[in-house]
Amino acid sequence: MGLLSATTSLARYKVYGKIAKPVLDTVAGGLKGHAIPETDENVSDTVVGWTSFETPFTPRFDGSSFVVGDYLVFSLRMDKKNIPSRTIKKHCAVEEAKRMAESGRPFLSRLEKKAIREHVTNVLSLRIPPTPYVYDVIWNHEEASVWFFSTLKSANEALESLFLKSFKIPLVRLFSYTMADLVMGLSDRERDILKDLSATKFSE
Amino acid sequence: MLDVSVSYNRYKFLGHEFLTWLWFAIENEQTGLEKTPQEGTTLHIGNRLVLENRNGTRSESITIQGDDAGLEEAVLALKKGAVVTELNLFYKAGEAEWRFTIKAESLHLTSLKCPTTGSAASQEELEGAILEKAYLYGQVFSLVDNLFRQFIGLRVSEKWSRKTVPQMKLWIQGQAS
Repeated sequence: MGLLSATTSLARYKVYGKIAKPVLDTVAGGLKGHAIPETDENVSDTVVGWTSFETPFTPRFDGSSFVVGDYLVFSLRMDKKNIPSRTIKKHCAVEEAKRMAESGRPFLSRLEKKAIREHVTNVLSLRIPPTPYVYDVIWNHEEASVWFFSTLKSANEALESLFLKSFKIPLVRLFSYTMADLVMGLSDRERDILKDLSATKFSE
Repeated sequence: MLDVSVSYNRYKFLGHEFLTWLWFAIENEQTGLEKTPQEGTTLHIGNRLVLENRNGTRSESITIQGDDAGLEEAVLALKKGAVVTELNLFYKAGEAEWRFTIKAESLHLTSLKCPTTGSAASQEELEGAILEKAYLYGQVFSLVDNLFRQFIGLRVSEKWSRKTVPQMKLWIQGQAS
């Protein structure tokens, strides 16, 4: 469900602030500096980084490869390790039985069980390759707008956080209030009225 | 600017009111599209409409779905105090057609289907395909922005409570009877 898909879903953002000049160098630096690491040996559940739109599994940001017309086009990639809970449960049960046999005790403390679970999860994380999720981004620098091709909460939160980290300027989600306040060109008086609005009742 | 998460929750009602007004405006030819010089520009309610009725801690959701679904139940729900939370729209400009759903709270566009574009085989074609798609998405955003601009302009004016709300109430009563 990306930029070129037949059907897609989108969230819109306002880039709130000025990016350091020269813009293309700053963007390229931010993309390269926070590109997704190409290793499966990470223990973290989720790894987030930028990748190139055209080659999402081999990030490349050479020259102005991410510039298309007036747009900056790239993708956010989230590599998630999805270990099924039943797999964790099975490996924990085996490890707990082994530990009890070794110690000769018929039970394990809560702390011991917790430590086993953490150990099992870490070991499995190293063995299981992450699943990549790619979400496309179109940034219109002139209009200070970003279109993000996902409406998933986790993906949008990852975008907001990575964008700020990479380019040192925040993104503001465009929902009804921010849209009215930042995009619609209301006068100061109208913006004051907007702040004080309360819900209308259409039913009697 | 207010804190984003605070304003998201505090002003959720604006999104609900926008979609309710949009439904009313489409039904009553008040979207402004009727005056568009470009021939064949139309906007219709699509095949999905979701409403929610919150009464204290209880919440009831009403979904109307289907190409030929009647909206009587949805109007009845409005009469009982429900608000529109999702609205599917069908937009036509000349030969080009778009279908999409607007979510009230987030203003996310989901299930967005643009006019068909060609596939891209080479690098140049890929850039062309991106630009073409970006243009088509831009058309939808431009439409939504224009509609939202009309709504918010009304909402912060006296006309809202003096004229628009009474008209909408009459429409709801008339449709539901």
